[in-house]
Order: sequence, then structure tokens, then C-alpha cells
Amino acid sequence: MDELTRVLTQALAELIAPTTAAYALAAIGLNLHFGYTGLLNMGQAGFMLLGAYGFGIATIAGAPFWLAFLIAMAAGALFALILGLPTLTLRGDYLAIVTISAAEIIRMLGRSTVFQEWTGGASGLKGNQFKETFQALSPLPDGRMALGPLEYINTGSDSWWTRLFAWGLVLVAVLFVWLITRSPWGRVLRGIREDEDAVRALGKSVFSYKMQALVLGGVLGALAGLVFVLPRSIAPDGLGRTVTFFVWTVMLLGGAATLFGPVLGSMLFFAVYMLLRAGMRTGLEGVVSSTFVEQFGGLLVGVTLMILVIFRPQGILGNKRELAFNVR
Amino acid sequence: MSDDTTVTPEDVAVAEAAPAVHAIDPATDTVARTLASVEPRVGVSKPDTILVADGVQRRFGGMTAVDVEHLEVQRGAITALIGPNGAGKTTFFNLLTGFDKPNHGHWMFDGKPIAGMAAAKVAKSGMVRTFQLTKALSRLTVLDNMLLAARGNPGENLFGSLVKPLWARAERENTEKALEILARFKLDTKKDDFAGSLSGGQRKLLEMARALMTDPTMIMLDEPMAGVNPALVQSLLGHIQALRDEGMTVLFVEHDMHAVRHISDWVVVMAEGRVVAEGPPHSVMQDQAVVDAYLGAHHDTDLGDDALLDPAVLARLEAEEEKR
Repeated sequence: MDELTRVLTQALAELIAPTTAAYALAAIGLNLHFGYTGLLNMGQAGFMLLGAYGFGIATIAGAPFWLAFLIAMAAGALFALILGLPTLTLRGDYLAIVTISAAEIIRMLGRSTVFQEWTGGASGLKGNQFKETFQALSPLPDGRMALGPLEYINTGSDSWWTRLFAWGLVLVAVLFVWLITRSPWGRVLRGIREDEDAVRALGKSVFSYKMQALVLGGVLGALAGLVFVLPRSIAPDGLGRTVTFFVWTVMLLGGAATLFGPVLGSMLFFAVYMLLRAGMRTGLEGVVSSTFVEQFGGLLVGVTLMILVIFRPQGILGNKRELAFNVR
Repeated sequence: MSDDTTVTPEDVAVAEAAPAVHAIDPATDTVARTLASVEPRVGVSKPDTILVADGVQRRFGGMTAVDVEHLEVQRGAITALIGPNGAGKTTFFNLLTGFDKPNHGHWMFDGKPIAGMAAAKVAKSGMVRTFQLTKALSRLTVLDNMLLAARGNPGENLFGSLVKPLWARAERENTEKALEILARFKLDTKKDDFAGSLSGGQRKLLEMARALMTDPTMIMLDEPMAGVNPALVQSLLGHIQALRDEGMTVLFVEHDMHAVRHISDWVVVMAEGRVVAEGPPHSVMQDQAVVDAYLGAHHDTDLGDDALLDPAVLARLEAEEEKR
């Protein structure tokens, strides 16, 4: 019984974990790309890693928190511009190829010894090097706090302050996306998703709109990277391809082109993922090794993504009617 | 495409409500009267042109798809661009509207050179096109399709979009205008349906209505009758004529001559990339070059036969075509 409570508590903790918020943010950005505009960004982890580096390196260089925050955003925007300029005039598949390789390039550069002085190479930047400014911002008193079965310190790496900040940012992002997608601007994006030639024929500059969407989603990705590293160190391998596919799963699970889909998707995904792994670890203790549990968990994510795309492409919150027309 | 050509009761209702195709009477119709005095000769100059193209060439590898030496389009008239399949009509259309780049050539629209201009800018300058394969934005509602086409909405700017009061008024006015146009095309009852749920003919109408939302000076229709069931053809022709009556210039591509005859003021015939004949519809169809270009398809029927406007005859001919 104790064990069951422990497993359930672990799953519950995942619902509000900073990492869950980071994935929600990244998925909100990806949703702007794919859900609203139809852009295939297969390198969201690259945006996240750049955001993390931008924030970490700026902080270590002595920048105050909000300046480092802005630098992270700018890194995401710049990356989007560089990737978008040559590819957004081409067919959608090219963006997918370019983003997936560019994200890998960023990771490899981060790992390499060339920039080790700034990035810390493969071992990355340690948490205590770049978290002081963030923790100094905390309005919470010292000590610990418990909320139901969940108990964390108020200010620190894995703290209430980190959670508060992360979810606050998610809330702002949702509000922002709501504002821009309910507008005529959002309608142009959805038009481009359906058929960009038709939108072009109506006198709208498709390239400019696609670029705006790519940059905004990329900035949200960079902020997701910032949130992602708040409770841990900045390690290039922690933000590899797997993260990109997790973000895609999160977005498709919640429902592409829906406002709350990415948030719901992220919470559900990580709670269930934890439930499975913790459940297996506890229930099958001695039968299988913990490495196997991790690998099997990853495998299940892949299978889930496939089942989702085949049987419920609209996700949990998506409009079934909207997907009834197989346009392409 | 199979469901597009079956006649649904809905389509019949739409067809019946459309403006009737009226015969062109040279005595009352100024455009037709003006054009009647123009000599029917390839590359002839016209009294009031809106579009002038010179030396437009497009090659795909060794094949020359379009090679138009000189073509003028009369303002305020319906000009039909016809020719057999593969004549280069759609390619020429794509060139004019900026969807393709020519190897050579330049053209003026409304006195401004627009050759090499991006498609969106061409559309902004007032030349708006539709597509042969309809591009209804399926997962947008019919009304959203229309609103998307409206011009100058401040809410289409990223920063403007954040503040609703900035664009709420433009949106309201556009909605009114959209509903008016939709009512004309008998699509107002479908305004909240997804465009993807419309029938093939209704999508063509929606595309035309959407183009109207942009207040074009010249509207370019690429095979507006393709894939539309015969019951709707009449209705579409009526709508095209209505556009002209409102002062718009219409250039439309079609490969069936009979549809063209009754509504066009001027006919330009293309074959193998070149303009082989032009003139008023009645005379151009007797032109030897035109007969030659078309020989093979329905060579035993009179191309100007009124019976071809009858849906039943059309359906029979189409069935014959398919059997071959």
C-alpha cells in the first residue's frame, strides 16, 4: 500500500514539475509552427538548447536575470531567422530536414571542445554557475513547504519558486497564443496551413507570415529551454533528438491547433510516463533491471506516438470535424 | 472527382437561384460594340487595354510551353482564353499572376509593369486569380475563407492582432460584406460549415466569392467550369457575366468552347503555346486555325451549337468521351 501511494505521489508530482512546464512551453511553440501554420519543425530541442545556453552563458558573464532572459529569447529568434530564410520559400519537407540537422549541429557544437570555455563541453554548465540570479528573484520566504503529499524547498533548484515561475511563464504563453490566434493574423496562419498558394493568390505575403510564426514558436522553444535547465545543469545531450520527439508526442496528444492541448498533453504525458516507470520499478522489482524499465518506457512513448497519429490524429482536445477532410 | 459531377438537389437549387445567362446584344452592350470594331487578328491592339503582354516565353527544358508575342486585354470585358489541353493556357495564366517565372517577356497591368513580381504583390495590385483545382481552405469555415481575403485588416499585423479593439470594427465590416457576397452566391446558409464539406461546384463558387472579397480590378478564372456538374455550369456563367456587369475585367481559361461562346466578349485561342487566333466568339470559331487546333475532340459536332449548353447533351457527350 505504501508503495502504491509512493508511485501515485510520484506521478502527481510530475503534473506540476518544472520539466512538465518546460515541455508544455516547447509544445506551445511547436503548436504555433505545426498546428496553426503547418510548419514541420523537427528541431525544437535545438531551440531549447540555444535558449538554455543563451541564458546560462549570459548569466555567467554577469548579466542580470531579465537581460539573460531576453538573450535566450533573442537566441531562439535568431536561430529561427537563420533556418527560415533559405527554407520557407521551399516546400515544407525542407524545413523538417534543415531543423533536425541544425538542432544536431547545435548539440554537437555545444559538446565540442572548441567552445568549451563557454559551454563547458560535453559535461555542460553546472547549475550553481548560473542559477543565482534566478533564485535571488524569489519572493518566497526561506524554508520548506508542503502541499498535500508534495513537499519542496521554497527557493532552490527543485523548488516551489521554480514551479511557480515555470507555470507562470506557461500561463503567459497560453494567453499570448490565445490573443494572436483568435485574430485575423491567426486566420492567415491557418489559411497558410491549408493551402499557401491560395493565400498568396489573395495578396498576403506568405513568407513573412511563416517567418513570424517560426520566430515566435522558436522564441517559446528557447524559453522552454531556459525553464528546462532551471532545476538541472545545462548538458547538451540532455536536449537531443529524444526531446524533440517527446515535444511532438506532447503536442499531438493534447491536440494540435488547440489552445490548451500542449499544456494538457504535457501534464498527461509525464504523469502517465512516470506512473508506468515507477509502477514497473516497484511492481517488477527483482524481475527486471531499472535500465530495462527506462528503455521500455522510451519504447512505449514511441508506440503511443504511432497509435495516436493513426487512431486519434486530432489528439484529446482536437476537433474531430476539423480533421474529417483529408485535404492532402 | 466522382462526387463532383453527380447532381445533388442542393446544386440544382443553387443553379436555379443564380443570375440567368443573358445573350450579348451588340446594340446595348458597349463593350461588345467597341470590340466589334476591332479587327479579329492575332496581336491586334484594342481601344482600352488593361493588360498588355509582350514576348512572353516559358520553356520547360527543350519544350516551349508558352510563346505569346503580343496580347492585349480589353478593360471591362470578358475575355476567354481557350485552347485544347496542353496549349499552355494555365502556364500563361501562372506567368501573368506571378506563380511562375518566364524565360523572357514583360507585361503591363493597369499601366504598371508587373512581370517578375511576386504572386502576392500581383494580387495586391488588383489582379486576383482562382485555380483550376479549387483551393478552398478546407479546415476553415466558409466565412473565414471570405474574411481571410479581405484587404487591409489591421488585425493581420502581428502587433495589431494583440489588441482586439484595433481590428474589431474592420472585422465587423468585412463580415457584413462577406455575408452580402455569400448571399449572392447562395452560400450564406453554409457560412459556419467547414469549406471542406462543400460540394465541388460550391467550392468553385466560394473561390470566386473569395476573390471578390479582395475588390479586384481584374479577375482571372482558371477553368471555372472544370469538374463542376452541368447543372451548376449555367449558374457559374451567370456569375461571371455579373462580374463584368459590375465593371470588372474577367479573363478566364477554358478548354470547352461551348461554355465560352455565350458569355465572352472576346476569345483568344491558344495552341501549342502560341496565340493562334483571337476575335469575337462567333467569328473566331469559324477560323481555320481554331478548327485545326480542336480537330479530334468532337470534330463531328458544331462547336457553337446551342444544344451543348443543355446539361443532358453535355452529360451524354462527356459519357462518350469517357468510353473512348
